[in-house]
Amino acid sequence: MELDSLYQEVILDHYKHPAHKGLNPIFSAQVHHVNTSCGDEITLNIELVGQRINSITWDGQGCSISQASVSMMSDLLIGKRLEEADVIVKSFSELMASKGTSAGDPEILEDAVAFAGVSKFPGRVKCALLGWMAFKDAAIQAQTNE
Amino acid sequence: MSFSVPEIRKDFPIFSRSVSDGKKLVYLDSGATSQKPASVIEAESDFYRFHNAAAHRGAHQLAQEATDLYENARAEVASFIGAPGGPDEVIFTKNATESLNLLAYAMGNAQPGNRFALSAGDRIVVTEMEHHANLVPWQELTRRTGAQLAWFGLTDEGRLDLSDINSVITTNTKVVALTHQSNVLGTINPLAAIVARAHEVGAVVILDACQSVPHMPVAAADLDVDFLVFSGHKALGPTGVGVLWGRKELLEELPPFLFGGSMIKTVTMTSATWADVPAKFEAGVPNMAQAVGLAAALKYLTNLGMDSVHSHEVALTGYLLNKLNAIETIKIVGPTTAQSRGGSISFIVEDIHPHDLGQFLDSQGVAVRTGHHCAWPLARRLGIPASTRASIYIYNDENDCDVLVDSIVQGQKYFGRF
Ligand SMILES: Cc1ncc(COP(=O)(O)O)c(C=O)c1O
Repeated sequence: MELDSLYQEVILDHYKHPAHKGLNPIFSAQVHHVNTSCGDEITLNIELVGQRINSITWDGQGCSISQASVSMMSDLLIGKRLEEADVIVKSFSELMASKGTSAGDPEILEDAVAFAGVSKFPGRVKCALLGWMAFKDAAIQAQTNE
Repeated sequence: MSFSVPEIRKDFPIFSRSVSDGKKLVYLDSGATSQKPASVIEAESDFYRFHNAAAHRGAHQLAQEATDLYENARAEVASFIGAPGGPDEVIFTKNATESLNLLAYAMGNAQPGNRFALSAGDRIVVTEMEHHANLVPWQELTRRTGAQLAWFGLTDEGRLDLSDINSVITTNTKVVALTHQSNVLGTINPLAAIVARAHEVGAVVILDACQSVPHMPVAAADLDVDFLVFSGHKALGPTGVGVLWGRKELLEELPPFLFGGSMIKTVTMTSATWADVPAKFEAGVPNMAQAVGLAAALKYLTNLGMDSVHSHEVALTGYLLNKLNAIETIKIVGPTTAQSRGGSISFIVEDIHPHDLGQFLDSQGVAVRTGHHCAWPLARRLGIPASTRASIYIYNDENDCDVLVDSIVQGQKYFGRF
């Protein structure tokens, strides 16, 4: 079923057991993003040590796609340098814009290639991107806060 | 004409297609927009094919035909909603949102001495179950005028808390704007006590009838409200046409909102005077084809009989509520019986986010809406960030409800497999 390409096992697994959920009181920047059309919300804290992402924590509510996406993103980005994170975010954004034509680069995105199927469902792309856009915003704010 | 869903469905071309790889279309999203019968689609396209010209302008036969069709459409609307003052009380807009904004902006244009003029110390009353369209324009009007916004809260069952009407509708209240039927909860609001109190303090009552006019007999005069708005596209009509009805003497006192051609009486280089209602509120070449399409829609509903439409919906709502109530893991948001309630049925399924459920239902051919349904404060009040809404109309039957409920159960299996 077409739906199975959207709801990959690893996605539902992250949805049921989200990683890095619960806000760390220590952060360099905090952002709050909402998905106006469906009401999904996320608060995301980022903690930088120099140019390195020391922690990402978040809290929020939303569908399996938005929640699993931010969970997997946190796993992927924690410990990376900001310039490395930029490459990953860009790669994920391109995958989401691919309308089902790309399988994603596992070298860069690791487990997050599971979201490739989402790009076939235009209505869900913004769910998958919610956390990533929040991260991008938080990273910019954290750098200007420095 | 007797009420037969199979016969009705034949009138709607869209039901001859399938969705999601060959599945029957189970359309349960009429609260967002209704499907259109062929007679409406034809009326709109016939206008363009045979009669197209600018109404109220031009010295030629087509312009006269366009004018007649447009004005006949106005008369059809007036009779459908029982406008006591006839067609002059009916103003065509783009949709209900524009009708409400028209009122809010026009009131904002009122100068001291005009009954609609607002200032600090005045109050506008809404309810906690309003669609954003009947909330945000009033928030903005209070911001511009310094008036205060107050509202009726809700009971946990999703009905208006009317325990203290007089302290909400205070003597300084100028406007009471509320929905006839909630687009989320389905609740049909009792109006008599609210209208009586509003009129006692000299306030006008504005009724958002988006979810009632398409679904039950609504007679403006009987309800004793002062203004009423609805969208054509939720009542079998085309998009791009909505209605504002108001009492003639109030429309005469209300200043215009949009300025330009058609709405003037005289113009010099420095000033203008206004045309009589309804023209005063219809600046520019109007949405003629859409108004004509709406008239065809209302004729279709009149032929069915609004009493029959309503009985069908009450019966089907009861049927679906029973089926949903029987499943322990489903919680209905709003009244759980069909009493004083319409066919907008919102619910939560345990452990499945509405957006995921909606996606699964779509894969089964079932079209529902998910989210906050443009009533975010209501969602907050109920502590439910999002819900799934099935909304029924004349072309739905028990089989549609069965497919919905079966698909929900399958969805529970699908998402419960890990
Ligand atoms: C109760 C209610 N009011 C207002 C509106 C706004 O209607 P429209 O978007 O057609 O202007 C809607 C439509 O969803 C509604 O259900």
